[in-house]
Amino acid sequence: MAINWFKYSAPSTFYGLAGKLVPWFAWPSAILFVIGLYIGFFVAPTDAVQGEAYRIIFIHVPASIMSMFLYLIMAAYAALGLIFNTRLSSMMASALAPTGALFAFISLWTGALWGKPMWGAWWVWDARLTSELILLFLYFGFIALHASIDDPRRADRASALLAILGSVNVPIIYFSVKWWNTLHQGSTVKFTGTSMHVAMQQAMFITLVACWMYAIAMTLARVRSIILERERNTQWVAELPEVRS
Amino acid sequence: MNKLSLFGLLRLVISRDLMLAMRRRADVLTTLIFFVMVVSLFPLGVGPELGMLRKMAPGVVWVAALLASMLSLGRMFSADYLDGTLEQMLLAPQSLSVLVLGKILAHWMLSGLPLVLMAPVLGLQFDMSVQSLWVLIASLLLGTPVLSMIGAVGAALTLGLRGGGVLVSLLVLPLCIPVLIFGTGAVEAAASGMSVASHLSLLGALLVLALVFTPWVTAQALRISME
Amino acid sequence: MLEISNLACTRGDHQLFSGLSFSLSEGELLQVQGENGKGKTSLLRMLCGFLAPAAGEIRWRGQDIRDLDEEYYAEMVYLGHLNAIKDELNALENLRIGAGLAGCEVDDKEAIAALRHMGLRGRETLPVKVLSQGQRRRVALARLLVGNAPLWILDEPLTALDVGAVGLMQELIGTHLAKNGMVIFTTHQPLEVAGVETRRLTLA
Repeated sequence: MAINWFKYSAPSTFYGLAGKLVPWFAWPSAILFVIGLYIGFFVAPTDAVQGEAYRIIFIHVPASIMSMFLYLIMAAYAALGLIFNTRLSSMMASALAPTGALFAFISLWTGALWGKPMWGAWWVWDARLTSELILLFLYFGFIALHASIDDPRRADRASALLAILGSVNVPIIYFSVKWWNTLHQGSTVKFTGTSMHVAMQQAMFITLVACWMYAIAMTLARVRSIILERERNTQWVAELPEVRS
Repeated sequence: MNKLSLFGLLRLVISRDLMLAMRRRADVLTTLIFFVMVVSLFPLGVGPELGMLRKMAPGVVWVAALLASMLSLGRMFSADYLDGTLEQMLLAPQSLSVLVLGKILAHWMLSGLPLVLMAPVLGLQFDMSVQSLWVLIASLLLGTPVLSMIGAVGAALTLGLRGGGVLVSLLVLPLCIPVLIFGTGAVEAAASGMSVASHLSLLGALLVLALVFTPWVTAQALRISME
Repeated sequence: MLEISNLACTRGDHQLFSGLSFSLSEGELLQVQGENGKGKTSLLRMLCGFLAPAAGEIRWRGQDIRDLDEEYYAEMVYLGHLNAIKDELNALENLRIGAGLAGCEVDDKEAIAALRHMGLRGRETLPVKVLSQGQRRRVALARLLVGNAPLWILDEPLTALDVGAVGLMQELIGTHLAKNGMVIFTTHQPLEVAGVETRRLTLA
């Protein structure tokens, strides 16, 4: 069956498709979170060095991975919108930003919670935590720039340029922070166990998949509201049953 | 009537911005005085022990330079935007990137270069060694143009927005972190007797990278902002 | 020369105009009319390439102006609401820099001649901030004299001008059209050029 992809690049058709897809990602996400966290908290064995405190990685690691991936995906959508002038891509970029920022924030928060029992300090200037903090700043910049421009078209294009610039800069920032960290002999958050137990790997993988599902569901739900907001004066929005009632 | 060459355009834009600044000298001085003040506040905040000040000096001078260069970013395009000159620049039949490069270079000469020249004097306040001072000057010479270039993109993106001045810092500061790290790293390396070549060459690499890409990105940002 | 086909313009949610088509050839004068807020300035800014059309095409010598980019800009002059002159500089410096940005190097003699033609004799080296609004507009208009671009796009060229200067503008446009130039302008004042029929385009 050939799918006409271009049909779904129009906001009006994508609105309906996204609405149908949201539950298919939201429910599996919730179920996988429960399973993954159950394995992580109750099945996986206690770590010989870190005790029970290490279990925070089942949230911390997926959140960190997601925050970085989502920035790149956001920049890619923004670039598509800038180059091909497709409105939906730009809307996807602005729908992804808050979820990405949320993951970056969770990653920092859990990192701090992990740091306290490990080093006795809430915050250590570890290379990865510091990069994560800068990533959060980059998300804030994107969101703030988009929010302060009234004309949605200019907002999309300006923040797209910023996102591209940011994504080019992310590797440079990461490298420079790592370099800075080794020079100052900072601590590095590393998993100290010799090898990861199978249950740990399973839990980590399952929560990571759950995070992906969550991110997709949230983004689709958010892009639906953005579409409604931007297209509020069009005929098809006025004819929607949820708008008419 | 002759057609203007690309180099002629570059010279025209730089000399124009310098001439305008010379007729409005207060702006240049404000940035410089801000830089001096911020650096001088640190000993008052943390205490006058020379050992600690010597250790802090590179970071303090570099962070102050970073903040001072943010201060003048708002002016880079806004005056031209308000009086319509920017419209004419966008209609220039030569490369807009070259024109933007001219504006960036002029901005650096007016806001970056004075900081570089003032830095050794401030370094003396922190009891830095002569060798460290030379490295500080070198790192600022390589680093401050990058700050102007990255800043130009931010200034172009926030053109004409309310609260643009604060917003531009929010956008630009995270992107400037590598410059800060390599810049202070060089001076710290010099202070502890290590080789500074790697730091300075990385700064040089950032400068080349910025020189190649940022004028074009800024030009695109200006076109977006003028819609 | 300049062909506009099926042009549409939207600002925000609001559609200003759509399906606009016209063309302009050598020696023609076009006045864009319409009430405030009907999109006159937007149309002119679109012709400058500042605004992207929501639909339609703008072609210069058969090619889209977005593709021509700098080649097109070499053949046009735009004079907007804003004068694009600096208070801190004098009239002469302003004119030379303005011409430089438009790609031509003008020496002092040519520049002074242009300023005198615009009735600014004796004001050439005064800082622009001491000039009146009308005199500033004259400094901006002097740019038309020092270039040789065939297409002039003038947004309200007559604001702040006195009767004498309006006459001067009519003469200036007449000479330009006689040299196979093209002029598109908006104005709320009457502007007639002897011997040339003014075409009118009304945005409603």
